[in-house]
Amino acid sequence: MRRIEAIALAAKSAQERNALLISNIGYPSRELYSVHDRPENFYMLGSMGMASSIGLGLALARPERRVMVLDGDGSVLMNLGTLATIAQHAPDNYLLVILDNGCYGSTGSQPTCTCYSTDLAAVARGAGIRNVQKTDDPEGLSRALQGQGVVVARVEAGNASVPVIDLLPEEIIKRFIRSIQPAGSS
Amino acid sequence: MTASLAIYSGLKHAGIDFAVSVPCVNLQELLVLVEEDPDIIHLPATREEEGVGLCAGAWMGGRRPALLMQNSGLGNCINALASLDMLYGIPLLMIISHRGGKGEPIAGQVPMGDLTIPLLQTLNIPYKTPARGEGEEAVVASWKEARERRRPASVLLDLEYWRER
Repeated sequence: MRRIEAIALAAKSAQERNALLISNIGYPSRELYSVHDRPENFYMLGSMGMASSIGLGLALARPERRVMVLDGDGSVLMNLGTLATIAQHAPDNYLLVILDNGCYGSTGSQPTCTCYSTDLAAVARGAGIRNVQKTDDPEGLSRALQGQGVVVARVEAGNASVPVIDLLPEEIIKRFIRSIQPAGSS
Repeated sequence: MTASLAIYSGLKHAGIDFAVSVPCVNLQELLVLVEEDPDIIHLPATREEEGVGLCAGAWMGGRRPALLMQNSGLGNCINALASLDMLYGIPLLMIISHRGGKGEPIAGQVPMGDLTIPLLQTLNIPYKTPARGEGEEAVVASWKEARERRRPASVLLDLEYWRER
């Protein structure tokens, strides 16, 4: 499964469930922007490692709203403690999707530890997260996207040929926050 | 009012309702007050940078966030403060126990103790250094500044602030 296919499936699921979608730095955000842009997408342009934490803070602040995060193996390895914090709070409205391509795809495909011996699904379980799923095909991912907790989806290395995001950070956050407001408020 | 109660009272007056913490011995009473407050969502984080991310998400979800930590953690936060909070205009109140100053018994606290204010100045993050008795007011004013300017602001609480009288 190519990463952009996995991202398209996650975006479709987010659309269907009116979920807020936080996406990771680099090509994953660019691929999401190109396949399915919507105001409910927060494209994280910097702060590598923070996507899962932003999503968790948001999910706890807005328990009535489903929150999905598209993260990567390199980024989760950079903020591994996030899995312990997610386990401690485990909100029902939170799903972390780790797209594991075994490399730092946006910087020249240098291998990460998941390319050798690290199993992020096992790490997530060991951190105490009860609902952890692992998949490497579109059907399995589509099913896993219905749930909560953590999904580790194995995807091929490589980036789609997509342009940079032509939105300013202030535009991204402005429309994102507007999309979170409960209906009827302003 | 005790040193800890003054900060807690400032958080309440500022309307802080989401707090992330990494402990410092000088924050221990404050952390209990925050944990026991039913109107504040409190998350202990594994690392301070994680706290910047959690607080950013909470703010986007309509909460008023504060990060409670030791100054050693400021160094762990810098990329997220710059490339998340400052990039997008996200406010954050940082309550920082400032170790490593005059009277510090632990040598390991001194390097970051010396660097804390220069780092904040370089980042253009405002900081207040209240004396005992000024803590509450400093917290309220710092949150106001963070919210109005949509960026991080900090309160530094040094050893003298916490010293028992």
